[in-house]
Amino acid sequence: MGFFNFFSKEKKETLDSGLSKTKENVFDKLTRAVAGKSRVDEEVLDNLEEALVTSDVGVETTLRIIERIEERVARDKYINTAELNVILKDEIVKLLAENETTTALDFGAELPAKPYVIMVVGVNGVGKTTTIGKLAYQFTQAGKKVYLGAADTFRAAAIEQLSIWGDRVGVPVIKQKMGADPASVAYDTLMSAKTNDADVVIIDTAGRLHNKVNLMNELTKIRNVMSKVVSDTPHEVLLVLDGSTGQNAFEQAKQFTKATQVTALAITKLDGTAKGGVVIGISDQFKVPVKYIGLGEGLEHLQLFNKEEFVDSLLG
Amino acid sequence: MFESLSERLERSFKILKGQGKITEINVAETLKDVRKALLDADVNYKVAKTFTDDVKAKALGQNVLLAVKPNELMVKIVHDELAQLMGGEHVDINIKGNPAVILMSGLQGSGKTTFSGKLANMLKNKRGKKPLLVACDVYRPAAIEQLRVVGAQIGVPVYSELDSKSPIDIAQNAIKQAKKDGNDVVIIDTAGRLAVDEQMMNEIAAIKAAVSPHEILFVVDSMTGQDAVNTAKEFNERLNFDGVVLTKLDGDTRGGAALSIRSVVDKPIKFVGTGEKMEAIDLFHPARMADRILGMGDIVSLVERAQEQFDEEEARKLSKKIAKNQFDFNDFMGQIQQIKKMGNLKDLASMIPGVGKAIKDVDLDDKSFAGIEAIIQSMTPYERENPTSLNNSRKNRIVRGSGRDIQEVNRLLKQFNEMQKMMRMVQKQKLPNIKR
Repeated sequence: MGFFNFFSKEKKETLDSGLSKTKENVFDKLTRAVAGKSRVDEEVLDNLEEALVTSDVGVETTLRIIERIEERVARDKYINTAELNVILKDEIVKLLAENETTTALDFGAELPAKPYVIMVVGVNGVGKTTTIGKLAYQFTQAGKKVYLGAADTFRAAAIEQLSIWGDRVGVPVIKQKMGADPASVAYDTLMSAKTNDADVVIIDTAGRLHNKVNLMNELTKIRNVMSKVVSDTPHEVLLVLDGSTGQNAFEQAKQFTKATQVTALAITKLDGTAKGGVVIGISDQFKVPVKYIGLGEGLEHLQLFNKEEFVDSLLG
Repeated sequence: MFESLSERLERSFKILKGQGKITEINVAETLKDVRKALLDADVNYKVAKTFTDDVKAKALGQNVLLAVKPNELMVKIVHDELAQLMGGEHVDINIKGNPAVILMSGLQGSGKTTFSGKLANMLKNKRGKKPLLVACDVYRPAAIEQLRVVGAQIGVPVYSELDSKSPIDIAQNAIKQAKKDGNDVVIIDTAGRLAVDEQMMNEIAAIKAAVSPHEILFVVDSMTGQDAVNTAKEFNERLNFDGVVLTKLDGDTRGGAALSIRSVVDKPIKFVGTGEKMEAIDLFHPARMADRILGMGDIVSLVERAQEQFDEEEARKLSKKIAKNQFDFNDFMGQIQQIKKMGNLKDLASMIPGVGKAIKDVDLDDKSFAGIEAIIQSMTPYERENPTSLNNSRKNRIVRGSGRDIQEVNRLLKQFNEMQKMMRMVQKQKLPNIKR
């Protein structure tokens, strides 16, 4: 399968260095988990549990991984601690592989619709606007014509923030003034993109906590208005999650999916934090694929997510 | 707030119900659940472990006390331990100094700018201070603009230098400016940074050295996972901050970060952010938070918030009107506005003991009033003052004007009538007490 190696060498290096902190931590913890042990026993499993939980993998997923390893220990009778890393990697990949995920395309790949409309949603401060700036850059680099819609009309200076990204990347930003109806901005953006023959449209929305029913309804409305301009839009509803978020990430994924039928996830700020475990947990419990991961401040630090590469980088 | 943790604990305690005393066996199962609940709430792994061990020791020690039911005893022990874990009494911020300098720090997206605005607003309105906000985030696009908009919203001046790329210069110049303009508090908003970003951490340490802040606050997203502890630790090592601000607490479930940061870094949590409005700032009260975690509600906060919005003069007038049976739709509207000012309805309701869980999935917020407001706004001034004048023809006009249906208008009128009756009744009962 070709897509397994679409990561260029350069990209792999970014992934490795971006995740170095995450990797050190998970790896260190694992090493400590088995230190002075020759075989996998109760204590090793306890330590393993700690290593996984403190990486935000989540209690449910951790227990599932431990159970699987226990089963293997029972089946194979004796497991050397040296084998543990291999088994763990194996089990994690399996957890990830159990989800039917859409194949992550290259930014340059042909898109299924024109314009291909992406609506970006998420709670406050996860990095939606920054992610959009980076996405716009990547698509533009790949030769696509991108239009951005500043439908976060609520937060102070959110429109200016997206406009600056538009200038940097050199793509038009459709906007109204602060306090305007976000659905109307989304409508304008799609109209304009259609007229100007754009390839990709990305709509920014205001951050909102997923337990605010009325704000979630607003998203549904924006969604509905968009489908009036271009049928079947948005083609992609991208939920942005902060990589340092704990177990609440699951509730976010659940509630946003309920309101807007989330089709893909972007996990940001995976550099520098000791996390990354949340990616495993979410892939396990959520049937929505992780599509992008953010590994740093640079424009090219937003990458398409590849499970195998990710686990390789994570566990060394 | 913290629904799932309190739900979990409630379920855990049910296991203990009906059992005569706390034994090693029945406590083990409960504590396993408690620990899992804490981990699910993002309490740090080690903190959760220590916590459950402590609770176990205390619970077994009280083995002989048969005066209360074991589950009640466990609730008490867990509650006391939680409160202790989150620290003692509330610690105020240090705003002595002229000007007092407050430095904000934290990760990207934790809510520093919004909180800076809320803090400035609070100091201005409740402490009679003259704050100056300082925009030192020279990196993120439009960050300066964001603080300016926030400043304009709350009527607090914002110092910024659009051409400068040096946060240290900006901070120092801002303090000079504050002295000149007579601002007694300077709040420095900084760029978000990762604890592992050496260069950026050096920068904020340099800002600290240059302005010697009276108060350094570490702002952290309450949804943060296990890493909250490490981040707090690293920021603390570099800045030795004075207090923690926990933001976005108006979301659901989490709160574990609050428990662990307090216990690992040993710095008090001084404020919490509970909404997007500039008034949505609260002091942190460990004991109350423990109540909340255990689903005991937070009636004290509710009363305090009501008192803040309570205007005695207005209330006296209203009381007279009720006595004379003159309570009309204008007064009703005024009441709605007052409730809205107190903040998010669901927030308020969840502070009432036992209600939090019940309304978890209920759609309740400011917009719940929209229909009522639309109807009242479609009334003429005459109708608002004379609710009895509303005949069918008038009602039909209101239906057209407000876009609500006739049933809804009738329902409101009926509720209004009942409310009038109730108010008179309550007042009659209360009057003797007031005279005494």
